[in-house]
Amino acid sequence: MSQPLLKAESLTIAFAGIKAADNVSLEIEKGEFLAIIGPNGSGKTTFLNLCTGYIRPVSGEVYLEGEPITGWAPRRIARQGIARAFQIPQLFTDQTVRSNLLLGIASRQGVWDGLKPLARRRYQEEADELLELLGLSAHADAIAGTLPEGLRKLADITLALALKPRLLLLDEPTSGVSALERFSIMETLMNAMRTKGLTALFVEHDMEIVERYADRVLVWNSGSILAQGKPAEVLQDPRVVETVVGVA
Amino acid sequence: MKIIYALFAAAFAALAIVPFAAPWLQFVLTIAIAKGFAAVGVALLLRAGLISIGHAMFYAAGAYTAAFIVLWSGISDLFVLLIASTLVTAAIGALVGAYLVRYRAIFFAMLNLAVSMVFFALLSKLYGITGGTDGLRVPVPTVLGTTLTKAGFDIVLFYVALALMAIIAGLGVQFLKSPLGHAVGAIHTNEVRLEYLGVSAWSVLLIAYTISAALAGLGGAIAAVSIGHVLPEYAYWTESGHLVLTAVLGGIGGVAGPFIGSIFLEIVHTVAVGVAHNAWNLIMGATLLLVIFFLPQGLYGLVTKSADKTSSAKLGENKS
Amino acid sequence: MLDMALPLIMDALANAALIFFVAVGLTLVFSVQRILNVAHGSFYSIGAYIAASMGLWLISAGLNPWLSFPALLLSAALVAMVLGPLVERTLIRWTYGRHEAIQILVTFGLFLILEDLQRLVFGVRSIYQDTPMALLGVTEIGGIFYLNYQLLLIVLALAVLFGMRFLIKHTRLGRLLVAVVADREVSLAMGINTDRAFVLAFTLGVFLAALGGALATPTTGVAPGLGAETMVLAFAVAAIGGLGQIEGAAVASIIVAGAKVLAVYYAPAFDTVAPFLVMLAVLLVRPNGLFGTATTRKI
Repeated sequence: MSQPLLKAESLTIAFAGIKAADNVSLEIEKGEFLAIIGPNGSGKTTFLNLCTGYIRPVSGEVYLEGEPITGWAPRRIARQGIARAFQIPQLFTDQTVRSNLLLGIASRQGVWDGLKPLARRRYQEEADELLELLGLSAHADAIAGTLPEGLRKLADITLALALKPRLLLLDEPTSGVSALERFSIMETLMNAMRTKGLTALFVEHDMEIVERYADRVLVWNSGSILAQGKPAEVLQDPRVVETVVGVA
Repeated sequence: MKIIYALFAAAFAALAIVPFAAPWLQFVLTIAIAKGFAAVGVALLLRAGLISIGHAMFYAAGAYTAAFIVLWSGISDLFVLLIASTLVTAAIGALVGAYLVRYRAIFFAMLNLAVSMVFFALLSKLYGITGGTDGLRVPVPTVLGTTLTKAGFDIVLFYVALALMAIIAGLGVQFLKSPLGHAVGAIHTNEVRLEYLGVSAWSVLLIAYTISAALAGLGGAIAAVSIGHVLPEYAYWTESGHLVLTAVLGGIGGVAGPFIGSIFLEIVHTVAVGVAHNAWNLIMGATLLLVIFFLPQGLYGLVTKSADKTSSAKLGENKS
Repeated sequence: MLDMALPLIMDALANAALIFFVAVGLTLVFSVQRILNVAHGSFYSIGAYIAASMGLWLISAGLNPWLSFPALLLSAALVAMVLGPLVERTLIRWTYGRHEAIQILVTFGLFLILEDLQRLVFGVRSIYQDTPMALLGVTEIGGIFYLNYQLLLIVLALAVLFGMRFLIKHTRLGRLLVAVVADREVSLAMGINTDRAFVLAFTLGVFLAALGGALATPTTGVAPGLGAETMVLAFAVAAIGGLGQIEGAAVASIIVAGAKVLAVYYAPAFDTVAPFLVMLAVLLVRPNGLFGTATTRKI
């Protein structure tokens, strides 16, 4: 049972001749909080898209606990336990935050029930617990689309958590919010991760956040992995400083 | 919300005494309710952000199925006709839908139009089966083994339609609150996210499409036995346009909206037909524009103005 | 074999020409404004009514019947100049950037209004006016008679096709339209007057529809319901060719007209089904039409 939670093997994909992933292999261990950093356009989001089935690799495989999931549709991968939060929050903007979560919770059983209300007690309780955990209780009844960016990002992450994922993928969880808010989002998030014992992969460009929160960091550059290891060590690596830190 | 239920109860009671209080309205209302079923179906798809300019084909499919059953098998019980027509139309809807619900936006609209035009052309050209442009005559059905006069049957049909409307409205309200109902709306607001929740938008839409076709089929079957005559024109694209118009006029926020729209239109039509026979479309077109410009939640939006925001759907909100 | 096929081909091409005028207008408006105009067919029938009425008036006034040719063009121009800017400025403009369902409904409302206006103005009786066709007569080639008017239609359709190409590739207006189609925000930022581009494109679209209607009058009568019928046909052609594709519309016109004419000769029951069967078959394989390009959503 010591196999990695997620394993990518020799992933390759190119857009218009530019390689966004060039023979990339990596592993994510259970319980770890792995950060991916790298310059813009280096293929970080593409890697998330590959893991979640939004695009297919030209070659290579992705395994979730040993099971190949390459080329599966996003919904099938989501049902297998990989949830994703988005760089631009993807919410059901005309619904309340709670209603968003209720749908997320219900979707674990499929949403084929067309008669009993979505707002049933069992779902409500779970939603309230999640809202509490992510500090969104005060905004539970706000229409998701009307919330400020920082809260929408949190709601987006909470919606991913509603799936009870085995692996959570976060695409720049703190982009688009004020410097002050960043750390409070990360604290809330880390607290939730520890409570739920989650494994997560997050794409980030803020070095300070990576250094403070990641267990391990992976540096992505022009479609391949430049370096990986403990944040304190990797971020001192001269090559990394040159390509990433210097730019950021 | 209490007031709304009281209003509905009052409106329903008012409708129930129509055969005695205003017999001339009975036929008009039967047709209005029939078209209301189809409009509810169209509204369901509109909630998912999809506009079908072809749904009249299912209305026609229901009507012709009822006619075929009577003419071919000799079975003429009203309830058998209504149930069988609804089921057959649901099957056709599932078949057509399996292909069409992969498409979005204008492609969905156009493909529905194309299928409905094929359907319309076949209805008008296959004389041997469909009676061509003359259509088919539908004899007065029996009711649970009892043979009735046309007048007697019409009264029974009116109450059956009314009861069905109440049942469908009740089920519809529950549906909209259910996970599946929310998923239908979620396709409009954020289909990508829905897929990332592990939900197949295709399956959700196929169910919605099949339900909407079945509702239109039920309406068509009621119209067929009420009018006693089915015509290819039931399936023409302008009829599909009218169904969308009815849904939007009434409001797609709740199940009541399309019925309100349909009853409103049919009554005004009956009143106006003597005064402005050649200007009816003009009046309707202008009304549609006014509603879209000034009343985006439809007539039903007037009733629920104070109700909570989440349950009211505006057409074309949050295009993303 | 050939003497049987040639009249068929002529028939098909003449038909294709008439469909092309209205479909290319629809596709032009779609590519510039991103709007599927359900009232487009009404511009066709209005063009037809005006042209037929003008032709009848010319004859009854005892004027030179050859004047009915410029009258065809004049009536199309008239319809475009009056209705184009009016409709675009009031209704269509309001729908820019809104949901497709709203755009389709607004134009459907317009369609209903225009249908009844035509009934009120021109009545419900069919109008027939074939002076131009009679004047041009027939040409005999190898024992087969061809209607010269059909030849004229084909020539005019080609002129419109190449005219549109020229307009888009080599004129200022064309470059303006291309820029707007490519990227609305950028064009706005570059100071391109998109308002003007929209009015011009829409008016040109109306003109082409009305021209199709006007040119069709000598070959067929004008009656209520023509607009609705034409609308779906133009729709099918535009969809088959790929919405927004001018050359696509030309090819699709020929395919649809060909299918229709073949059906008329060999399976008359299917003449009205043919265009839509073709449309379904094409869209099944290529959802964006024969010449259309797909767009994908980014997350």
